[in-house]
Amino acid sequence: METPEQIKSRLAPLLPLAQIDILPNDCPAGERSLLVDPAHALAAAKFLRDDLQLRLDYCSNVTGIDWPDAVIKTKVKKKVTVEGVEKEVEETMETPRPGYLEVLYHLYSMELKHGPVVLRLRTANRADNTQLPSLTPLWRGAEFQEREVYDLYGVIFEGHPDLRRILMWDEFKGHPMRRDYVAPDDYEYEPTPHDEVLDLAKKHYPPEVKA
Amino acid sequence: MSAIADPPGKPNYEILPKTNQAGEPIGEFLEISMGPHHPSTHGVFRMDVVLDGEKVVKLKPVFGYLHRNHEKIGENIPYLASMPYTDRLDYFCSMTNNWAYALTVEKLAGLAVPERAEYIRVIMAELTRLQNHTCLIGFFAQDMGALGTPMMYAFREREKVLDLFESVSGARMMCNYMRFGGVRCDVTPEWLSEAKQLTDGYGKFLDEFEALLSQNEIILARTQGVGVLSRELAVSASVTGPMLRASGVNYDLRKVDKYGIYGRFDFKVPLGEHGDVYDRYMIRVLEMRESIRILQAALRDIPSGPVMDPKAKLRGLRPKAGEAYGRVEAPKGELGFYLISDGSPNPYRYRVRPPSFINLTILEDMCLGHRISDTVVILGSVDIVLGEVDR
Repeated sequence: METPEQIKSRLAPLLPLAQIDILPNDCPAGERSLLVDPAHALAAAKFLRDDLQLRLDYCSNVTGIDWPDAVIKTKVKKKVTVEGVEKEVEETMETPRPGYLEVLYHLYSMELKHGPVVLRLRTANRADNTQLPSLTPLWRGAEFQEREVYDLYGVIFEGHPDLRRILMWDEFKGHPMRRDYVAPDDYEYEPTPHDEVLDLAKKHYPPEVKA
Repeated sequence: MSAIADPPGKPNYEILPKTNQAGEPIGEFLEISMGPHHPSTHGVFRMDVVLDGEKVVKLKPVFGYLHRNHEKIGENIPYLASMPYTDRLDYFCSMTNNWAYALTVEKLAGLAVPERAEYIRVIMAELTRLQNHTCLIGFFAQDMGALGTPMMYAFREREKVLDLFESVSGARMMCNYMRFGGVRCDVTPEWLSEAKQLTDGYGKFLDEFEALLSQNEIILARTQGVGVLSRELAVSASVTGPMLRASGVNYDLRKVDKYGIYGRFDFKVPLGEHGDVYDRYMIRVLEMRESIRILQAALRDIPSGPVMDPKAKLRGLRPKAGEAYGRVEAPKGELGFYLISDGSPNPYRYRVRPPSFINLTILEDMCLGHRISDTVVILGSVDIVLGEVDR
């Protein structure tokens, strides 16, 4: 089985414009993953599936991950001169990281019995630009799983043959697996809150509205 | 919450008008909703079926009736607290669910498993496979109209396995038995001799079961050539488990990954030729016979020793930041868990790859062109459990 570096070195000349990164994984037995930009994801996935040395014909697992806006803190050592004496001071650097949604594909080969190669795709943001290419045209097994990622995370897969909600009902609003999802007080369709739901509702109604 | 635009493409709901070759309308298609309370759907599962006479022209599975967002629950509780929840995924096979989850956490946290615990895990997993396949065949015969008798025979044998589970874990179905770095408690020598007795007698039961079913005229007529799944489609659609091997693909994770100590056992992987419903039935019978061989070897060779890694920390487990995907060959197919740790006591992401959910992808492809009564048989041969499909 080739390492992610070897795959990247063979893939990069074929897609000169693509941005391919290898993401580290600190877990001792874990696999590192290939991050490909959405515009070239379908071509890269096609290479992974059809290449004679890889033959990743089996897309085992498709997963969504939500990464909300965050501030990443890194500690940096700096030399500061205080009253003529040079001192080493530890400073915390804060870099804001805009949020995004991530979709993971765990690819194996049934023919050559190796794997996995982990393919990661990232959306531009979490709000209005959550489009990613669908890999269902390459692996039929992604069909229901991409529908699930759409349903629970709100990633819109372009080129998916039948993108509908799968686990939640069709009229459902929102995407419950997102980290900032707030469950409604009552899932039942009933416009007026009552009993314990009324107490919950009072907490976030504007004060002038008497529910 | 920011608004998300509607998905592209029209929902695939409308019924097309029935036309002849010249495009003129003739007659009507009939759309029926099969389920969610139809007894053949093995739970609350619905199929939107469009029929031309009795022939299926479109079939869309609809599920989610048992959805409880298992993955979200897993993100909000510590690692160990998810273990009893995994029992409720595929409630026939809680032991293999436990194993898959324990295996993934062990991979994530770098824990070792003592020798005796590995043997106990194999014994539990193979007993689970025996009872799952036996029950499935019972249900399957019931779906074809053999009301009662085969299922009662199957459940009689399943009871014996459940009694064994109960005496070691305290629960018949929701075993919650495995832990990260071993199993919760040791088995006694009496338990092992009981398990050996059951294993040795199981072949005889299978002979009897097969004598009733395998050459049965009705079963042959209802299953042969029905619901054929081609090798190429099976691989592309990520079908796993007995379904995949019935289509002739030699892919068994016990052989491919050799997780646990499966590399030490001598067993064969039965393969089908036609990929039809009969092959799927036969593969399960043959797999049970191989499971008996594994069980006999494991019960013979089991060493003494501890059953938990003394260094393993169960409560307050905080794996280093990282991610891991672990998978086992559950009776229904590849059961995988994917975990991301951010160094906190709860996983950042907890994902289950349920085999029966993904095996349903090609239900429509298998049913098209068959009669409505065959969809019941085809669905029965997929072997689904809605606790796992809906999560």
